[in-house]
Amino acid sequence: MSSIRVVLAEDGALLREGLAGLLQRFGFEVAAAVGDAEALVGAVDEHEPDLVVTDIRMPPGFSDEGLRAAVRMRLRRPSLPVVALSQYVESSYAAELLDSQNGRGIGYVLKERVVDVADFADTLRRVHGGGTVIDPAVVRQLVRRRSTPLERLSEREREVLALLAEGHSNARIARDLVVSEPTVGKHIGNILAKLDLPPDGTDVDRRVMAVLTYLREQPE
Amino acid sequence: MSEESAAPDPYRGTQPEMGREPPPPRTPLEALRRLPHRRFLLSSWPWRSLLHLASTAAVGAVLAGLIVPITFPLLVLADAVEEIARGHSRPDWFLAALLGSGLALLLALGPLVAVPVAALERWRLRLVHPRLTSGHRPTGRGVLRWARIRYTEAATWREFAYLLLLIVVVDVLSWTVLYWFAGVGPFLIATPVITALGETVAVFPWEFDTPLSTLPLAALGTLLLLLTPYAAALAAHANAALARVLLDDRGTEELRSELVEVTRSRARLVDAFEAERRRIERDLHDGAQQQLISLAMQVGLARMDAPPGSEMERTLASVHGQAKEIIGSLREIVHGIHPKVLSDRGLPAALPELADRSAVPVRTHVNLPGRLPAHVENTAYYVAAESLSNVTKHAGATEVRLNAVLDGDTLVLETTDDGRGGADPGGGTGLTGLADRVAVVGGRIWLSSPPGGPTRLRAEIPCLPSG
Repeated sequence: MSSIRVVLAEDGALLREGLAGLLQRFGFEVAAAVGDAEALVGAVDEHEPDLVVTDIRMPPGFSDEGLRAAVRMRLRRPSLPVVALSQYVESSYAAELLDSQNGRGIGYVLKERVVDVADFADTLRRVHGGGTVIDPAVVRQLVRRRSTPLERLSEREREVLALLAEGHSNARIARDLVVSEPTVGKHIGNILAKLDLPPDGTDVDRRVMAVLTYLREQPE
Repeated sequence: MSEESAAPDPYRGTQPEMGREPPPPRTPLEALRRLPHRRFLLSSWPWRSLLHLASTAAVGAVLAGLIVPITFPLLVLADAVEEIARGHSRPDWFLAALLGSGLALLLALGPLVAVPVAALERWRLRLVHPRLTSGHRPTGRGVLRWARIRYTEAATWREFAYLLLLIVVVDVLSWTVLYWFAGVGPFLIATPVITALGETVAVFPWEFDTPLSTLPLAALGTLLLLLTPYAAALAAHANAALARVLLDDRGTEELRSELVEVTRSRARLVDAFEAERRRIERDLHDGAQQQLISLAMQVGLARMDAPPGSEMERTLASVHGQAKEIIGSLREIVHGIHPKVLSDRGLPAALPELADRSAVPVRTHVNLPGRLPAHVENTAYYVAAESLSNVTKHAGATEVRLNAVLDGDTLVLETTDDGRGGADPGGGTGLTGLADRVAVVGGRIWLSSPPGGPTRLRAEIPCLPSG
């Protein structure tokens, strides 16, 4: 199996080197490692990578240049998997990324998650495989917000939803919560029913998408 | 919002509540400019202006009589000059003596008239103008002391100048307006009736004796009468403007402009602090935070290389855990210094995020059209953060509502909790600091916190450019 080719964008030189090392260590191939959004777009055009990992806050404005670049790239290459690293939890950032094309192959995680190296590498692989990974903190934040339809969910169902949004399979959720897989399936069915979502989606990513889209559209 | 303004005001204000409508006009000219014609004519302004004019005319007439003894030498001088013009001769020493004694009398006794007249005028002007304050210093007891202070004060001599202008210009103006508009106008309107009664009306150089021939006069009279309120308002305003220049306390004006300058400098200081906080946040983010993450990442990698279950693996795991904790603490500290989400995404993103951090559950309702001026966003965020932290610390509440809406040009931020109430603005709960911070940007704060709750804090922040 050929290795996943990655274009990496991170403005801090030290962290960029470290991340490149981490990627190589886990068998990714770093096609290019750049320091700003302009260079990122250029490198993607040049190397046509299998995956983009980008910091959101980058020069020149140090606000959301990386995110803007990612959304732009997704318009031209809808199937390009992108993992965005965020300095803070901002559900609207996640929402914007999910809005780009069908939301498949999208990762939105806090930057400090790179510290858990193996989990981070796993995240990259799942996104590369077309999965959707949303940082648990974002999900926690959405779940905590009152006056959303999430209030209808039980404590257990919220736990399931959080794991769901992290892109985990039913089997993994069952293992994490120490319940059986059919129980997880039942919980998911309840969640979809309580949120008035169509029950036909069997694919985990589509269910995550549906949930997040639904949350976003709820006026507070 | 409407239900609140209809209810009796439950807020204890740090400043008096102001209406949502623009404040009523404070001078005849403002009334003329701002009110539609109908509303102006139906308002009290024409009547107040007319009343003021009439009293000016009366005061002027009385004063002209009063001041005759003082100006007697000058009047004789004027008479003499007239005689000279007719070809008679008067000795130079006589003219000089008249001029000298006239000026001396005027300067010596003028202030004795001017000071009480000025007091009367300030009182009278309240009919058509916001209150003016006397620029006189207190004199204490003693006639000599009084004279020494009064005769050396600029305020006294400005009042003296006003007195002269009142008699020579303002009085004449008032009489003129009264005569032509309020006097001649009604008279001309009455001419058809007068001629119908068989009298003849003479308007130089014409004479009118039939009602039909006087119709143009009546029309002119109607026009004059219609214009009376406007003429009265303008004349009253002119008088008031002159009084503001000569009778108002200059010291107050200087203080006022100094106060504006102090307020601005306070706003600049707050802006500077805010900029400094942003800089520190950026430095920490680019420096310590990145380095720590990089370090923890390396430790994470090294941990993978260590033999599983070995002493080294356990040590590295512990170091890794500690590094992650430091990263978390540093993130919180940096966020406290400056919430990047606020400068990046504005209040619509930052307030819900703030609410998510609160220990007490918060329902947020943010309805803002987008970004607001930075100093408004910063202040609003600060108010929201402080009040949520107050609720957590003191209120014993189970839920808070946080609302942020734009009311015209004003950002209205409200927190309401279901706690025990009884918050005391003077009790060191940070409320004074909040009021200060909001005052810097020209905003206001209300607190309503009856014992037993609920506690409501409302901040109004005008969304004007900084400065």
